[in-house]
Amino acid sequence: MTQEIPAEAGSSQLPRRWGIFLVWFLVLGILGVLGFSLMRAHQGPIGIGDGVPDFILTTFDDEQIAIGDLRGQVVVINFWASWCTPCEHEAAIFEQAYQMYKDRGVVFLGVGYADTEREARAYLEKYGITYPNGPDLGTRISQAFRTHGVPETYIVDPDGHLADVRIGPYATLNEIINAVEGVLGY
Amino acid sequence: MHKTPPFLSILAVLLLVILLAPVPTAAQGNEPTDDEVNAIAKQLYCPVCENIPLDVCPTQACRQWRETIREKLAAGWSEEQIKQYFVEQYGASVLATPPAKGINLLVYILPPAAFLAGAFILLRTLRSWRQATIQAEPVVPVQPEDPYIARLEKELRRRDG
Repeated sequence: MTQEIPAEAGSSQLPRRWGIFLVWFLVLGILGVLGFSLMRAHQGPIGIGDGVPDFILTTFDDEQIAIGDLRGQVVVINFWASWCTPCEHEAAIFEQAYQMYKDRGVVFLGVGYADTEREARAYLEKYGITYPNGPDLGTRISQAFRTHGVPETYIVDPDGHLADVRIGPYATLNEIINAVEGVLGY
Repeated sequence: MHKTPPFLSILAVLLLVILLAPVPTAAQGNEPTDDEVNAIAKQLYCPVCENIPLDVCPTQACRQWRETIREKLAAGWSEEQIKQYFVEQYGASVLATPPAKGINLLVYILPPAAFLAGAFILLRTLRSWRQATIQAEPVVPVQPEDPYIARLEKELRRRDG
């Protein structure tokens, strides 16, 4: 003999089932968001051959430079900070490299990371840097490149793909020349 | 003729000098104290030194940031304006407490929601345990074991009857 479930009991189970479904949905959703965040946090910098993320650098001279507008040229992007001692070691040789390549279709950009404007300007003046430099407003550019610190240098080929990365400082002018020539020779 | 005592004249001159003397800048509140700077700095984190509040971070980057806070305070900026400036310059992640918008809302909604859900589940569990205990307990008629009480009750019943 079978026992019939009263209709009222069946309808009272419905909100309970929806509640359980909702709780599981929320729990899995939160775990998904956490997992995605962890995955992003542990990703390294963008890889060689990857498309370089779009960004606009507002320079200390209020000029706006969009990376997308620099297609067809090799772009050297150097992340630095005035409080970063290794950055100081390469600052002067970057200016020398810029002077060598500025008429050869190579663009140099400096991105000041987590820096204060006064100290950043003083740093640029101290090392006589004349190529475009600007602050990384909202740390958006360094986040897009997934940098881990400063100094870091990214060389972009004329097609907008990453061609070379240097985590840490360049020790000599020749190292920069070799890196740039390697990309120009593609 | 009435003559003013000399010490009163000196006192009056001294009072005049004190009143007319230029007030030092620090007394006007233009030079923020370390406490005032740190009150804002402890609500900020620089991206270089994760998990160390700006007020106690010893790095040069953080010293520069604290100096910026001092300059902004001296320029008459409010705490909110300074925090907003740092967010614009370095991103919302510099704030110790994330702004309540976008995905950050989860931080504010989830803990109290989880607490309420936990309290509800606990309440329901306790209630069901209590009901199970009541149902499980056999109803035992009270038997007076004391012969004196038995006699007393018997007497009371006799009198009532």
